[in-house]
This record gives sequence, structure tokens and C-alpha cells, in this order.
Amino acid sequence: MNIAVLQFPGSNCDQDAFQLFATGLGLPTRFVWHKDTKLGDADLVVVPGGFSYGDYLRCGAIARFSPIMAAVKEFSEKGGLVLGICNGFQILCEAGMLPGALIRNSSLEFRCVTCDLAVEDAGTAFNTRVLGRRIRLPIAHGEGNYRIDDAGKAQLEANGQILLRYVDNPNGSMGGIAGIRNEEGNVFGMMPHPDRAFERFHPSSDGIAVARAVLSVRYPDLLKKSA
Amino acid sequence: MKIKVFVTPKKNVLDPQGVAVGHALESLGLKGLKGTRVGKVVELELDEADSPQLRAQLDKLCRDLLSNPVIEDYHYEIAGK
Repeated sequence: MNIAVLQFPGSNCDQDAFQLFATGLGLPTRFVWHKDTKLGDADLVVVPGGFSYGDYLRCGAIARFSPIMAAVKEFSEKGGLVLGICNGFQILCEAGMLPGALIRNSSLEFRCVTCDLAVEDAGTAFNTRVLGRRIRLPIAHGEGNYRIDDAGKAQLEANGQILLRYVDNPNGSMGGIAGIRNEEGNVFGMMPHPDRAFERFHPSSDGIAVARAVLSVRYPDLLKKSA
Repeated sequence: MKIKVFVTPKKNVLDPQGVAVGHALESLGLKGLKGTRVGKVVELELDEADSPQLRAQLDKLCRDLLSNPVIEDYHYEIAGK
């Protein structure tokens, strides 16, 4: 198992994501700089949170053209697992690797709170058994208001592509959507931060289960090892 | 040649910024306001002549980078030769 955490100029949750996988799950984890053109050996690519390129133009709009993103796209097209958290989710939407877009919170406020999230049935791609029905994760974003056209939303619902919904919608997202996956079930994006929910001083430890939910369908031994 | 690219939120997409600016305009006494949309303008200065190829390239750049077609519309104006 090999976890690759991308780093863009302006990423600021890269260390958190690294620690989630390296110390939280005890997996070999390394950073990949955005100017690299190759991912190397990787089982999961994590696109971390932050403010890549200062959020200029639109959140994630410039990062998606970083050299490494061509390799990430190719990796995902071959079925490789990709997880985008917060700004990482925005980047994956901008790159067209996930449907929809994230706009300004309807309140216009930057929201930094811990949220109750309902775990949705996202089919076999996301192991919800390790999560239960409700989890708590922190959010910290100004542009987490998920938007997609009606046909796209109907497709997300019909395919079970919605991973998480806010119990109390903090940002105006359509349908309270907090996280989704692609149709194929190997690219995941969420605004809440599993990477800020695993240490004793964090508001919850549900981040570990989210990481496992992403990995354990493909790598079931991961659950055995930790059980 | 100067090109002005206008990017605006799509009509059917919520524009929280536009709503807030609209409220402020009303509180400053503007009457009869029916809508406010906030977008952005990107100004380019280019050492190239207008051509169908250039416009095709501009359209692609507008779709790929300058706007996000999921939530935004764009159009541009070309001035000079």
C-alpha cells in the first residue's frame, strides 16, 4: 500500500492528510510535488485541502492544470483511487474528474465548524459499514456550496454517487451534499476534513473510518490488519 | 488587439455574492432592483490579428480555464485590429 499526497503552492492540509494516512492508518505515505509529471507507485492519490494558487480565478481552476494533474487523470482512468478533500474536491470538480462545481457559501461566510454528516449508501465503492449511519467531521471553507444541474443531480442520486450529506446544511449545497464519488467509483471528493479528525485533540476520530471506507473495498486486508 | 472576456454566473445558478450586493444597493436607496449578478472581466492584450482560428482558441480557453461551464457563462469583445 502506497499513499501519494499532492502538494500545490497554497496547499495547507497536505501535512494533515499525510498524518492521517501515515500515523492514523500506519500506511507508507509520501508527498508528490505539483510540478512532477509522474506519480510513481501509488494505490491512492490524495488531493489535499488549502488554497491552491490563492484560489485565484476560481477555487481549483489553476491547480487542475498543474503538470501532476495529467498523471492523476491517467491514474484515475486506469481505475486508481483518488480522494480530494476540501480544495482537493474543488480541484477534482474543476478537472472534470467529478461532476458539478462548488460555489460561494450561501451565507457568504467562511464556515469553520464540526458537522454531523449522514452517511449515504454509495454502493460497493465506499465501504459504509466502517462508518455507520452518522459521523462528525470538521469543515473549513468559504466555497463549499455544491451545484449541479437537475439532470446531473438525478444521476448522482440514481447511481448512489452521494457519499455524505450535511444534517444541518452549513453552506447551501444542493440536497445538503457534502461528498460524492464518480460513476466508476474510484474518485472521491468531500468538503469535510477526515484529515482533521483522527488525533486525540481533534473534535472526532471519524477521519480514520472515512479513509478506510475509501480504501477497504479495494484493499480489504486493511480492515483485518487494524481489527 | 484587446480582448475583454466577461464571465458571469449562469442565470439558473444561485449567485450568493450578487444577492448580497443587491441587498446593499437597496439599502443605499436603489429602487426597483430586480436582480444583481456579479461576474468578472478578464482583459487580454494580444499581438495577433483576429481570425477564426484565434476565436476557436479563445473559446476553448474560456471554457477550460477562464470560466467553469457548470456554473458560468462567458462572452468576449474584441477591440482594435
